[in-house]
Amino acid sequence: MIIVGELINASRKTVKAAIEAKDERAIKKVAQDQFDAGANYIDANAGVFVGQEPEYLKWLVEVVQTVVDGPCCIDSPDPKAIETALAVHKGTAMINSISLEKERYETLLPIVAGTDLKVVALCMSDKGMPETTDDRMTIADKLVNGLLQKNVAIENIYVDPLVQPVSTNNLFGVEFLSAIEKIVTTFKGIHTMCGLSNISFGLPNRPFLNQTFMSMAIAKGLDGAIINPLDKNMMANIIAATALAGKDDFCMQYLQAFRDNRLGV
Amino acid sequence: MADLASIKEAVITGKTKEISLLVQTALDAGADPQDIIDNYLIDAMKEVGARFEADKIFVPEMMIAARTMQNGLAVIEPLITGDDNKLEKLGTVVIGTVLGDLHDIGKNLVVLMLESSGFNVIDIGVNVPVDTFVAKAKELDADIVGISSLLTTGDANMKTTVATLKNGGLDEKVKIICGGAAVIEKRALEHWGADGYAKDAASASRVIRSLLSID
Repeated sequence: MIIVGELINASRKTVKAAIEAKDERAIKKVAQDQFDAGANYIDANAGVFVGQEPEYLKWLVEVVQTVVDGPCCIDSPDPKAIETALAVHKGTAMINSISLEKERYETLLPIVAGTDLKVVALCMSDKGMPETTDDRMTIADKLVNGLLQKNVAIENIYVDPLVQPVSTNNLFGVEFLSAIEKIVTTFKGIHTMCGLSNISFGLPNRPFLNQTFMSMAIAKGLDGAIINPLDKNMMANIIAATALAGKDDFCMQYLQAFRDNRLGV
Repeated sequence: MADLASIKEAVITGKTKEISLLVQTALDAGADPQDIIDNYLIDAMKEVGARFEADKIFVPEMMIAARTMQNGLAVIEPLITGDDNKLEKLGTVVIGTVLGDLHDIGKNLVVLMLESSGFNVIDIGVNVPVDTFVAKAKELDADIVGISSLLTTGDANMKTTVATLKNGGLDEKVKIICGGAAVIEKRALEHWGADGYAKDAASASRVIRSLLSID
């Protein structure tokens, strides 16, 4: 399971303030904490700073990688911001995200073309948000094939089928889950990714729903998630679900987590 | 004597099927159609909004209450949509998601809540250019323009849209309200110049009532 730690996002008040104050210590701590908790990528998002996004995104990547010996997930729709951040990034970054929205697709495709960059491919098009499994497959098919034609390796593509809230339509959960299953069976070797907290919008006790949905998605083949890795219950849940889904040889990760006291509760 | 209290209760508790018979029975017993709408169906939705804002009920319950209200209204509507006897609306709201943003779930909830609260709502969709907001507001003589934004990257477009609407020849009486996960109240009101902010569908209905001085 590939975990992208989502906490360094300027839409969060504390992170926005830390960026504005150029508070390296605060950013380093959030990065280090997430990495220690098991994040494979540290997401960096400076999207709220219109005009200054490239400069701030670059600064975030530099600061994160002074303490974390691992890659960042560069979270921006702006090609200029992505390129500025990539210029200072060490190792192989993940780009979050390309989509089938025309402008986004056309400006981001050249950045990932022919590279080893990991790329999140979000199932969204100019026609709006996908609702059914078929809507998602139609978009995924175009995105994946477009990326393959530009020499992006299939194992570097992380399709995000886009979670919609089950409070507004009973079927939004299962349509997403079926899409995960169909994507991993249709495109051999591909990865999937999602930020799934949207599933619980409009309902009480959201963490409980998020965790349960995570287990269900992992059972269908989800192997990447953009989450808060400091959420111990969610992390324990992912470790258990991964073992139960047959993705943990000899249950070694599960046992390691047990010995590290990470199964908590 | 018509059992009007049970109409209100049926809306609040989302009795989508029972509502039609309750309303029909009340009408048969001589209840005034406009009175049922104003003081029971719409009043029920005010209560639904209050319960939602207090976290007593949640999105699916709000949606089903709105649907119940509309089912009740459907029984009454044919009786009062004659030539000289139009269904009264509280006001006209033109609503859409800001340019560059395709998210519609939040906006759709606002539309549903406003419609079932007695407003005439025109949904102009997602990724709406500012010119379309202006043109539609003028064409439909809107009282309120609602702008939704989910993406934090949409701030610049929100600011432009609000400013253009404010300075774009719309009558001063037209109020601009912003909402959506990305919108910060202080920024909307102080920096963009919006007249109102609503954090969700229920508060949108409440804030718009207040902007239009409806009790």
